[in-house]
Amino acid sequence: MIKYFLSKLLTFVPTFFGVTLISFAFIRVLPGDPIIVMAGERGLSDERYAELSAEYGFDRPILVQYWDYLTGVLQGDLGESFVTKKPVWDEFFALFPATLELALCAMVFAVVLGLPAGVIAAVNRGKLFDRTLMSTALVGYSMPIFWWALLLIIVFSGNLGWTPVSGRISLLYYFDTLTGFMLIDSLLSGQDGAFMSAVNHLVLPSIVLGTIPLAVIARQTRSAMLEVLSEDYIRTARAKGLAPVEVNGLHALRNALIPVITVIGLSVGTLMGGAILTETIFSWPGIGKWMLDSIFRRDYPVVQGGLLLIAVFVMIVNLTVDVLYGFINPKIRKR
Amino acid sequence: MKLKQTLATGAVLSVLASSAIAAPLVYCSEGSPEGFDPALFTSGTTFDASSHPIYNHLTEFVTGTTEVVPGLAESWEVSEDGLEYTFNLRQGVKFHSNDAFTPTRDFNADDVIFSFERQRLEDHPYHEVSGGTWEYFEGMSMPDLVVSVEKVDDYTVKFVLNRPEAPFIANLAMDFASILSAEYADAMMEAGTPEQLNQAPIGTGPFSFVAYQKDAVIRYATNPDYWEGASSLEGLIFAITPDASVRYQKLKAGECHIMPYPNPADIEAMKSDPDINVLEQEGLNVGYLGYNTQQAPFDNVNVRKALNMAIDKQAIIDVVFQGSGQIAKNPIPPTMWSYNDAIEDDPYDPEAAKSMLEAEGVTDLSMKVWAMPVQRPYNPNARRMAELIQEDFSEIGVDVEIVSYEWGEYLSRSRELDRDGAILLGWTGDNGDPDNFLAVLLGCDGIGNSNRAQWCHEPFEELIQKAKVTTDVEERTALYEEAQVVFKEQAPWATIAHSVVYMPVRPEVSGYKVHPLGGHIFYGVELAQ
Repeated sequence: MIKYFLSKLLTFVPTFFGVTLISFAFIRVLPGDPIIVMAGERGLSDERYAELSAEYGFDRPILVQYWDYLTGVLQGDLGESFVTKKPVWDEFFALFPATLELALCAMVFAVVLGLPAGVIAAVNRGKLFDRTLMSTALVGYSMPIFWWALLLIIVFSGNLGWTPVSGRISLLYYFDTLTGFMLIDSLLSGQDGAFMSAVNHLVLPSIVLGTIPLAVIARQTRSAMLEVLSEDYIRTARAKGLAPVEVNGLHALRNALIPVITVIGLSVGTLMGGAILTETIFSWPGIGKWMLDSIFRRDYPVVQGGLLLIAVFVMIVNLTVDVLYGFINPKIRKR
Repeated sequence: MKLKQTLATGAVLSVLASSAIAAPLVYCSEGSPEGFDPALFTSGTTFDASSHPIYNHLTEFVTGTTEVVPGLAESWEVSEDGLEYTFNLRQGVKFHSNDAFTPTRDFNADDVIFSFERQRLEDHPYHEVSGGTWEYFEGMSMPDLVVSVEKVDDYTVKFVLNRPEAPFIANLAMDFASILSAEYADAMMEAGTPEQLNQAPIGTGPFSFVAYQKDAVIRYATNPDYWEGASSLEGLIFAITPDASVRYQKLKAGECHIMPYPNPADIEAMKSDPDINVLEQEGLNVGYLGYNTQQAPFDNVNVRKALNMAIDKQAIIDVVFQGSGQIAKNPIPPTMWSYNDAIEDDPYDPEAAKSMLEAEGVTDLSMKVWAMPVQRPYNPNARRMAELIQEDFSEIGVDVEIVSYEWGEYLSRSRELDRDGAILLGWTGDNGDPDNFLAVLLGCDGIGNSNRAQWCHEPFEELIQKAKVTTDVEERTALYEEAQVVFKEQAPWATIAHSVVYMPVRPEVSGYKVHPLGGHIFYGVELAQ
């Protein structure tokens, strides 16, 4: 198992360097000069442009700039934002818990609803429930996030008044950030109603962000279950007279889980992407909005550093998924 | 059902909580500030969160107007040659305090000197702190203009300039000229944390900084010692809400009291909502179509005038601004002093325009119109505006190709002297002085930079240069009025529109004034409980 883990870990290294290169190149390939964007309509003189260029190091050869970036990264220095002048590292870790909290809640929402829905659909293949579920999943998958979020806000916050419109917690609560996770911090604060307010604020964004993974997980579970249900050993289990719950839950689901876990792992990347829109609409102070603003402002250090950290996070999640495979299916780790 | 109950309980809890606790004013701001030291940055969002609530300036704009009045300087004298400005400073003004700093003295001349010298002197210990890019100070030509800032005594400061500059007093009311505490700066430098000046600001303004969580919330406390009298608000909160539709929903739900930048399409619904009052004022801005006057056939004034006559501006106001704008006939907005209302706009007359072009021998003209890729107060939808102009020009036989680039590219390429075609762009005033429009956008020095028409016209230049060094306001007014006449005759731009700024507020808010310079200012606002 350790050998399996190490071999997976080794694939990290080239991917990591690849990501540094891609993140460095990506923002530079886009048209638009950060100095010109910063100056706006006002513009700036050629002398001032040259001064700022030298200050930000843009006057040096591109390879030298990459080398400096890479050596900085290896020493844990991701540079400072052009805009806020704060270290990228500090900004990332101030915002990342909010994204992670939302992504986890969205994932819980997607898995808790998606898995059973997929199983029930597979067991009832071709029946009304199956058909309804699969068409709903298709709609969910194709839903424009922006529209879906505004619709939910207008109905549940505007008309019914059940949920708050946006933010992480009511502005009436004010306490120190200890972990960055609002659910935990609000509990630790001991203030009456703070935790419920945090939960309330999570409901709509989690539903919006979790909708696409929910649809994918439901469909994937259904097709994986259908495949397993046609296997000989399931027929044998049924022939032995095992209860349907035991057959489906114990024998079929465990084997159907492997592709489902792959999808869950891959969905983390999707969640990071979906976070950009969801965070913008719900004024959620996470890294999605931060990255989007930085791309528009051509804030090179933030885009480079942010992409790299997100990529590392997704890589860690996928590594965890690979290791989980090993646990679920011994055949994989012995291969 | 269970979920529904939980949600409903939560909502009730928040309502109960809100009625139990005395509420501060909540402003749903449109974005996060870049920092809290206004001199380091250029965006209005940053100034709203820093310069207006936290700091004061030597001179101040009266909220809701561009009139300049004494601020931290009680009075000033200008030498006869216009080169020396001596400011008498206000006494007894207190700085805020925070966990790391408690001031031991009141505001004095050292603070003024520190606030300017850190921007001006390259060897100042704070010149490079927090990136040290003083873009507004540079942009207003302060490094060339100011020769020295001298302390005469604790409450007297003298600025020496190297040329007379009439807008100087207005410049000192701008955000970059915010007065910071020299004592705090020294303390932070000694503690090895000079960047705290930008991150945990200390000023003399009506609200003191409490906490900031990026992309979420900024909290301020009311300054009980404020020299103009403490605000009646029990604190101020910026709830950062980037999406305009969501801001609207929050305002409706009572989660905030004031919101900026509504979607033009929502204005009508807001006006009919009894829970929302929509305040409005003409913005201090202008949107224009600038020809490249150095390129044929746009170097011919009659061609430019003919094209101007072909544009149906009213259609643009109706379609692009959805009514929230007014036709521009001058390069400065009507709310600005020296606006020449006697000038008549070019009539919309496609037939006459066509004949004029023919008379100039211009037939089968093909041109480019540049459309900005971003939304601006002076132009909410440049692409749509370009399409309308394309249609108007096609009626007089001019073929238009619409081009657009990424914003940075757009700004950069449009500066080039050989730029092909006319460009849609605009400007929002910084200091309420006509010089800030006419010299920046149409002066000879701006060619290849902010003068996108690449237009240098001697009679116009003489007028604006003379006005710049004249201190008498009446005399300046006459010069600028004359300059607008010259502008209209020469038509380097088609002036398109001035937008109207809307501020939706809750009915319990009173005393809010829409500021023509674009800032959002909450001192003087009251909240009914």
